[in-house]
Amino acid sequence: MIPTSTVLGAAGAHLLAATGIAIPHINYTTLLPELILLGGMLLLLGVSALSPVRLPTEAYASATIGLGTASLISSLILWRDVTDRGPFSTIAHSIEVDGFAIFFLVVVSCILIVSPMFAAGYLRRSGIDGCEYYVLALISGAGAMFMASAGDLILVFLGLEILSIPLYVMAGLDHRREASGEAAMKYFVLGAFSSAIFVYGIALTYGATGSTNLATIGAFLAHNVLTSNGVLLGGLGLMLVGFGFKVAAVPFHMWTPDVYQGSPTAATGFMAAMAKVGGFAALLRVFVSTFPSLASSWQPIVWVMAIVTLVFGAVVAIVQSDAKRMLAYSSVNHAGFVLLGLQAASARGIEGSLYYIFVYSFLVLGSFAVVAAVGGADDDRHGIELFRGLGRRNPVLATMFAVLLLAQAGAPFTTGFFAKLYVVEAAVDAHSYALAVVAMGSAAIAAFFYLRLVFLMFSDSGLPIVTQQNLSTAQATVSEPLVELPGSSLSPAYASPGGGVATLVTPSATAIAEEILDTQITEANEEAPIAVSPWVISGLMLCVGATVVFGIWPQPIVEFAHQATLLF
Amino acid sequence: MIAAASPIVLTGVTESQRAFPYLTTMILVPVAFAFATMLVPKGQRWAHRAMGLAGSFGVLGIAAAVLDQFQAGDGGYQMVSSHALAAPIGLSWSLGVDGISLFLVLMTAVLVPIALLGATERTNTKAFTVWVLLLEAGCIGSFLSLDLLLFFLFFETTLVPVYFIIAAWGHERRGYAATKFFIYTFAASAFMLVGILSLVFIHQNQTGVTTFDIRLLAQTHLSGTADVVLFLAFTAAFAVKAPIFPFHTWSPDAYGESPAAGSILLAGVMAKLGTYGIVRFDLGLFPHAVVVLAPLLLTLGVIGIIYGGIVAAVQKDLKRLVAYSSLAHLGFIVVGAFALTNEALSGAVLQMVNHGLYTAALFLLIAMIYRRRGTFAISRLRGLQGSAPVMAAVFTVVMLASIGVPGLNGFIGEFLILAGTFLTHRWWAVVATAGIILAAVYLLWAYQQVFHGKPNLEDEEEGFAEITVREGLVLAPLIVLIVFLGVYPKPVLDRITPSVDQIVLHIEHAAHPSIPIEGQPGTAALRGGATVVVHTEGTK
Repeated sequence: MIPTSTVLGAAGAHLLAATGIAIPHINYTTLLPELILLGGMLLLLGVSALSPVRLPTEAYASATIGLGTASLISSLILWRDVTDRGPFSTIAHSIEVDGFAIFFLVVVSCILIVSPMFAAGYLRRSGIDGCEYYVLALISGAGAMFMASAGDLILVFLGLEILSIPLYVMAGLDHRREASGEAAMKYFVLGAFSSAIFVYGIALTYGATGSTNLATIGAFLAHNVLTSNGVLLGGLGLMLVGFGFKVAAVPFHMWTPDVYQGSPTAATGFMAAMAKVGGFAALLRVFVSTFPSLASSWQPIVWVMAIVTLVFGAVVAIVQSDAKRMLAYSSVNHAGFVLLGLQAASARGIEGSLYYIFVYSFLVLGSFAVVAAVGGADDDRHGIELFRGLGRRNPVLATMFAVLLLAQAGAPFTTGFFAKLYVVEAAVDAHSYALAVVAMGSAAIAAFFYLRLVFLMFSDSGLPIVTQQNLSTAQATVSEPLVELPGSSLSPAYASPGGGVATLVTPSATAIAEEILDTQITEANEEAPIAVSPWVISGLMLCVGATVVFGIWPQPIVEFAHQATLLF
Repeated sequence: MIAAASPIVLTGVTESQRAFPYLTTMILVPVAFAFATMLVPKGQRWAHRAMGLAGSFGVLGIAAAVLDQFQAGDGGYQMVSSHALAAPIGLSWSLGVDGISLFLVLMTAVLVPIALLGATERTNTKAFTVWVLLLEAGCIGSFLSLDLLLFFLFFETTLVPVYFIIAAWGHERRGYAATKFFIYTFAASAFMLVGILSLVFIHQNQTGVTTFDIRLLAQTHLSGTADVVLFLAFTAAFAVKAPIFPFHTWSPDAYGESPAAGSILLAGVMAKLGTYGIVRFDLGLFPHAVVVLAPLLLTLGVIGIIYGGIVAAVQKDLKRLVAYSSLAHLGFIVVGAFALTNEALSGAVLQMVNHGLYTAALFLLIAMIYRRRGTFAISRLRGLQGSAPVMAAVFTVVMLASIGVPGLNGFIGEFLILAGTFLTHRWWAVVATAGIILAAVYLLWAYQQVFHGKPNLEDEEEGFAEITVREGLVLAPLIVLIVFLGVYPKPVLDRITPSVDQIVLHIEHAAHPSIPIEGQPGTAALRGGATVVVHTEGTK
């Protein structure tokens, strides 16, 4: 650790001493994971700005994976420290270094390792292959880490913003597409609004308890009885709204389908994983560890929120015809499951939620990676019908997607099963039987749309759906060489929809058009361009591998979540 | 109490593990062969089939070894092995076999190779083989699990292979049938999972031990309400899976739309997961609730018998006819389970095996007809007997077994069930007996229409091939078992009865705790009665 004075310099220390602000002691080694991400981010920015040649996107991706790995290793070193010496806090108790925080540091690092693998190819295809995505991902990851280890409401808020602002930008990363810009705008406006509500919640809590430090608030509430706690409850409620927005819990989920659908798919997967990780980390810490004495007040609210989130997410996902929107609603359903653990307000509940978030991150990243691969070069082929016959077009991709979907449905011998089991176990333990039954019922409803996708992928009748469109393009190709009328300056694109020119063509042209159409159909079926780079495959292997291996042998992650909760 | 007296080691090495782990191997062999099949490149159809057969015959071999090692007089769990899988949750890999699971495992081991051999699926043999092998592992795992959560894992695992088997190789409305099947059973299991967890926490509060081991959970003291609620939660899952009367609506679709192998495994093996669950977990864990709610379940069982029979009689489709007849036969098993006498319960366990055998044979025969004529419609089949007398003869034997004619296996099970039920629940037994008559009505009727009469003119030109040697060889083991069990069920009953006795004792002890477990006069009389029945059948 480095003494404060050496960092700030003697003059700086003198200046601060003169203003009367006490500089807290900073233990930099404990901040290593965050510092690695932020430092690496600056390095990436600098390199991309100063590099004489345009670096390939894979270089940035590799660098991000390296940084993620470094922060993973430093998190694991911290884990060893904490298991040896117990949890501690730093920077005047605003950063908590405990098992809970480190669990999330590990999850965030894993997301940062996996998501660049999926992003690289996508960004190149979409022509946005600069360093922006990776820089934004690193900042966002650092924000999630701050949220997880925040011991002070102010830091929770800072973390929330550091997490969110890059995500707003990421949603609008594909500036050529209108939908992307729209998604960014929606996300930003609603996100800013919810942040404002969240800050107001902090202000009310500060007003009621006299501190923003979670430990101090906890101690205050433990030793004092508030005769009228309306202000505090109001603050809690507003904070719940802010968190609810981040984790996409009903009724604060409205942004989710639009933003998930509009964002570049590579960003959607990252966003779906990271925003939930950060949001739930802070939500669990603030509510369960700081306000356990008020549990009887907030538990019923969370109970209702969990039920509507579970049911609404599952039911609305059924009627979606767009895979991205469907997965968006399914992620709402998943948020409901994590809320089960919060509602239980017990150590078991936190364990369950931790495990669920860990599992969910891999599942959602992998699922969106497949959707991105199927989406094609323009990232617009997301209709559920377009997954028909994927099992033939790319069996490896289809099989991996099937595993990820079945895991999300909670099939046994996948991590998804144990995740659901764990939180339902917590709910039963807390005597929330109705909630547990509703949760499992919603899982059954959700199984329907996951299975429908699986069924489509492996069903045989893969006839193209866009026949009309194919026909017109085929006619356009035919009419182009034939319509060489003197003086005609009609462009083929203009000629074919009108049909006027097409009628000039000899009758045999229609036959040729049909012939071309036939070959096109066969082509569309046989070699539908599903570009799956080795990067994506290895990333999917990681996701699917984690899903299956820890589904059969859950001990390591269960133990990790258990220890993380013990060292809370 | 069931095996409760001996201390149970949940982690580490137990005494019995020094022996060869037959049960674990039996689950892992099909899984290993499934993965090996995945590695065989596409297009090698015969290699895939060979892998599937090797795996399933391997299981059959191990099952035969287990039968050989099994101690006939012992009613407790044998060949137990336990390892911790996820200690904080309390999940452990606990397997054991007793008289009830032994024959269900054997039946599974017999039916899977037959399903694979009888399968006519010409497309994508690789995936088909993989799913069937995984399904076998799931079913055997469910039958052998002594850990409630492990059971639930295997129980749920079976859904995925069946879903894919129906969805990929089924008939016209396969997508609908597969999804309906999955959602129904999955939703019902939700209740069981919550029930399992509640039971475990109640046990944990009483003893401080977090465990899913059914031998320990059976000792939990439950209040009256908790007992009934948990019983209902468990029964919901089993009632859908079996299926029991009002929860059966998925089954005609699933049975009807499945490919032949799928129907065989669904009706033969998967349905038994439900009835096995009732016997093992409902009767074993909630003895009080069982006594209270037995009339309800008996009534549902009897309604299933009558309703299934009537609806089967009006079916126009052979496959759906067998599906409804299954509902009726499972009704008998439910009645046998909830009559709470030794004979009825022994009969129910035996009938599970019997039903698996003759239903599999029926579905195989129907698949053979379908292969020749491309239809299941009874109205479009006529006079097959003329061109295929051997098939008609085989069909007759299987059909008579299904009706419950003496000398064939169906009779023994149904007789024991009805005799045992008559002792305690007379009127239910009387009404259920009518179901046997109904079975004769719809099966003979269907047989008459399909095999007798004069073939239609255009059909005659088409011809109808006689049963081939290969088809005969697939059917032969089933016919042999149907006749053997009908003539000499003693060795099977000798192994089933001790385990059944323990369950009945457990329930009686729970109902009247003051009565000592040993030397209870009523039980002795009942046991004597069972023995008499066994001998009567044995001398036939």
